[in-house]
Amino acid sequence: MINFQYARATDLADALRQIAAEPGAKFIAGGTNLIDLMKEDVERPPRLIDISRLPLREVEQTRHGGLLIGALVPNSDLAYHPLIERHYPLLASAILAGASAQLRNMASTGGNLLQRTRCYYFYDTATPCNKRTPGSGCAARYGVNRIHAILGTSDACIATHPSDMCVALAALDAQVHVAGPSGGRTLTFADLHRLPGTTPERDTNLAADEIITAVELPERGFAANYSYLKIRDRLSYAFALVSVAAALELEHGTIKEARLALGGVAHKPWRNVSAEAAMRGEPANRATFARAADAILRDAKGFAHNAFKIELARRAILRALSQAAAGTPQSQSVKKIR
Amino acid sequence: MTYIGTSISRVDGPAKVTGAAKYAGDTAASDLAYGAVVTSTIAKGRIATIDTGAALRIAGVLDVLTHENRPRMARRTAAYKDFVAPEQGSPFRPLYDDKILFSGQPIALVLAEEWEIARFAATLVRVEYEAEPFATDLQVERERAAAIEQPLKSRGDADKAYGDAAVRHEAEYFIPIEHHNPIELYVSTVLWDGDGKLTVHDKTQGVQNVRDYLCGVFSIKPDKLRVMSPFMGGGFGSGLRPQYEAPLAVLGAQALERSVRLVLTRQQMFALCYRPATIERLALGAQSGGTLESVSHEAIAVTSQYEDFFRNDSGWSGLLYKSANAKYGHRLAHVDLPTPSDMRAPGAATGVYGLECAMDELAVALKLDPIELRLRCYSDRDQHDDVPYTSKKLRECYRQGAAAFGWDRRNPEQRSMRDGSELVGWGMASGVWDAWQVDTAARIVLTANGHAEVASACSDIGTGTHTIMAQVAADLLGLPLEAVTVRLGDSTLPKAPVEGGSWLAASVSHAIAKTADEIRKELWQLAKAMPNSPLAASHLEDIALVDGRIIDKKGNGGGVPITDAMRHGRRDRLECETTNSFAEDKKHARNTHSAIFAEVKVDEELGVIRVTRVVNAVAAGRILNTKTARSQIMGAVVGGIGMALHEETLIDHTLGRMMNSNIAEYHVPVNADIHDIEVIFVDEPDEIINPLGIKGLGEIGIVGVAAAIANAIYHATGKRVRDLPITLDKLLP
Ligand SMILES: Cc1cc2nc3c(=O)[nH]c(=O)nc-3n(C[C@H](O)[C@H](O)[C@H](O)COP(=O)(O)OP(=O)(O)OC[C@H]3O[C@@H](n4cnc5c(N)ncnc54)[C@H](O)[C@@H]3O)c2cc1C
Ligand code: SF4
Repeated sequence: MINFQYARATDLADALRQIAAEPGAKFIAGGTNLIDLMKEDVERPPRLIDISRLPLREVEQTRHGGLLIGALVPNSDLAYHPLIERHYPLLASAILAGASAQLRNMASTGGNLLQRTRCYYFYDTATPCNKRTPGSGCAARYGVNRIHAILGTSDACIATHPSDMCVALAALDAQVHVAGPSGGRTLTFADLHRLPGTTPERDTNLAADEIITAVELPERGFAANYSYLKIRDRLSYAFALVSVAAALELEHGTIKEARLALGGVAHKPWRNVSAEAAMRGEPANRATFARAADAILRDAKGFAHNAFKIELARRAILRALSQAAAGTPQSQSVKKIR
Repeated sequence: MTYIGTSISRVDGPAKVTGAAKYAGDTAASDLAYGAVVTSTIAKGRIATIDTGAALRIAGVLDVLTHENRPRMARRTAAYKDFVAPEQGSPFRPLYDDKILFSGQPIALVLAEEWEIARFAATLVRVEYEAEPFATDLQVERERAAAIEQPLKSRGDADKAYGDAAVRHEAEYFIPIEHHNPIELYVSTVLWDGDGKLTVHDKTQGVQNVRDYLCGVFSIKPDKLRVMSPFMGGGFGSGLRPQYEAPLAVLGAQALERSVRLVLTRQQMFALCYRPATIERLALGAQSGGTLESVSHEAIAVTSQYEDFFRNDSGWSGLLYKSANAKYGHRLAHVDLPTPSDMRAPGAATGVYGLECAMDELAVALKLDPIELRLRCYSDRDQHDDVPYTSKKLRECYRQGAAAFGWDRRNPEQRSMRDGSELVGWGMASGVWDAWQVDTAARIVLTANGHAEVASACSDIGTGTHTIMAQVAADLLGLPLEAVTVRLGDSTLPKAPVEGGSWLAASVSHAIAKTADEIRKELWQLAKAMPNSPLAASHLEDIALVDGRIIDKKGNGGGVPITDAMRHGRRDRLECETTNSFAEDKKHARNTHSAIFAEVKVDEELGVIRVTRVVNAVAAGRILNTKTARSQIMGAVVGGIGMALHEETLIDHTLGRMMNSNIAEYHVPVNADIHDIEVIFVDEPDEIINPLGIKGLGEIGIVGVAAAIANAIYHATGKRVRDLPITLDKLLP
């Protein structure tokens, strides 16, 4: 860990001023990811700008019937917020599937979006990693890659985005509100995270001097038919090998609207609108779900240790969609899979 | 006896939960400097150049030690051979020379006024290496693995008997590298006392082992160096040998002539030691009636390039079940990793895993219930030496374990039991471990106010040694538990072995018993000398210490209060130290046994495994404290679940480096993975092994657990996974 400066931002404008003033400076919210990476010498910000006391802790209803979630709302508060529990239980469930109670208490909404990959090599400065040190190579590609991606990979990087919450946000068509030196803008969730391509060092389409201020949820919450199913190497407190956010709107057994997003398989929460379109108007049964699974996994490609994820994802998709259709979402406290 | 055999809460519990218990890293010192270690990034070669200039320029950095400028260390290999060191080889020497023997090797020690400064400066040390080719993969190196001299003799002709057997089973089972991962980090706080004396507060399972090692390495006189470790936040065997934080902290203190604290990071701890990756090759031949004709067991394990570490993996196979023909082998693949070490039930956890899975496969081939097969092969004698056991209640373990588990309701067909979307599997295995005992000394100081202090240089690695020492002393001195204070974990105390192998409970208990007996004699003399003593005509063999009094078991009347006897004899304290030696007994075998039953539920579609029930029935002689003993077995079962399903150190064999060296990615079970664990202690009176009938336990709890789970998974799914850990991908078609 390097020696760094620390300053608290007094307000949003101050935060933006400070970040613009010093190249390489970083915001710190809950610190649960950034501090770990600093201890490993992976992140070396000369200055930390503490945004944790900015007034971005509210969950408010929007004019369009949706919700606006402040970037500093802690993950636990969000998961147990009555409006989230009632209207967006998929999001609550995904949050509770992640990390541990202690971490969720510290972790912020914005920080969760911007947490970095858990690729072993990214964490170990003694090894080559294009994401950490552009041009040094990707050790995971021919190395230990059990936890790596099967979709959207590039020669330069096969890392995954580790968040659970983001998989639900992707499925729910959330939007991300951002403030920057030249004002604010809004990104669709699909536009926030990037695929690695030739520049895996860039996780997202945010500029270094931009700050996330809020996440907005549209009205549609899929509260009746949803499930978040996370498959991992132990029953709690492990990152997903594969996770599935499934959400359906049903009318007499026919699918009116469907959402399907995968975690643990790509550099970003993975959605494929054609897989969802293929379910619309179809009966909510395993045959339909199997077609959707085939569609979303069509281009999946495994590496030495993670090829099993393709079949695992297929089965998890079938299961999660079945759980959603039956109105029996996966419980995050009882570990038996429904 | 009032306390022995009961469920007493830990006497050191309040100190631990209030923070009053000081661990090695808590030790306060004025003028403390802090160390941070720089480790190698290559697996093999030499350090060409090491540039510490940038680190030294950081304000607050006091020094940077490397092989080029460190204080003197011994040259002789013997100086580095600690009590637990393998016979063959030369132990690793930190900062000794320019050679790199494994990735993660300490190559520099940064010393600074503050820990944060030291850690920052450590990132600035620049190293250039001359790298050499290396090997870390057991599967690749197995062909080159060299056979070691086996202490166990084969019997009969196992190959021929195997060829002639009606039913045969042959397979390989694999256990990856596992790490102990105790929660407390390795740490040494070296106090520089000024007058040439050093006090080393080290995280270790053996203070006298560390003292002797440090005295040898640094040519220090034993009375100038004291090692303390009264509390330990878990060891599991990783602290049996001195780890490198201790010599490095001493080097730092010598260089600065100042007190130094060195805490290793979790990542660095992965390069200390580990359970060796092992291939267990089993071949079992049986008659169709289920009696074994032939047992062959060969283990192939990794060790470092510089030491031959191995334990008894294969011998259990010829011990546990009756077979006229048996053959053992052990081969070592030398790889460019640190030397492996003991980890809970070393040798047995791995060897018996292979054996007990093989027995399950044999039972399937024979169409026999797995318990029935084991009963048909039951052996009342140790077949290595053809001697009886001091006691062996394994049959009772099977019986009581099966009853508690409900084994008779098991449908023997695979995939025949289910619970909704989950396949249910029931599996079992046996466990076996040694009941060792080691010469140990103890001192008792009894004061005239009726208080006793009992002391021995042993350790309490979290197992409850403080508590059982207090129980034994209280019972044998006839004092209330509250009147006994325990001192341990201090190298200046009476000689004790490292705490490991489950030998300490029996060893230290008998040291205390012997010493207490001397005290009893002295008190009797004092009591007899009192005017009108009711004990005047008594005989020593009838004298007991009960409820604070010296009583004559044959006479009537209440005897004499201990405090009165001491006051009359004008003795304000009685002090006695003895060493207990156990009589050599080659006519008996000494072992503990267990039967483990496991229930798993496996999601049929997704392969997600839940271990919903475990019953572990243990026969381990007299149980000193049913509460701490139960905790030992429960913890060991949790370790066994980890071994079965989670634990695996991932190595990148092209980099020669451990990649999941943190406890986010090296998985051990969490609460959600643990359901019902039932511990049964089978009554096992043993009048032969030692006067108190104690065998000790701790290791036995993990032996066989992974096999029982693997066997249950087979029963549930019909899929035999022989390579640990059994992760869900191995169950997908
Ligand atoms: C052991 C462990 C296990 C975990 N398991 C899981 C899991 O199973 N599933 C899961 O989803 N997550 C898991 N996590 C990750 C956890 O969810 C994240 O660490 C957490 O969400 C990050 O939030 P934070 O507020 O602490 O972020 P910080 O560490 O404060 O920040 C993370 C990054 O975001 C930036 N940042 C933060 N806020 C803003 C903002 N408003 N605008 C712009 N930039 C910002 C920071 O500069 C930094 O780069 C785990 C973490 C740990 C340590
Ligand atoms: S997968 Fe990406 S993060 Fe991992 S080593 Fe390769 S480049 Fe680095």
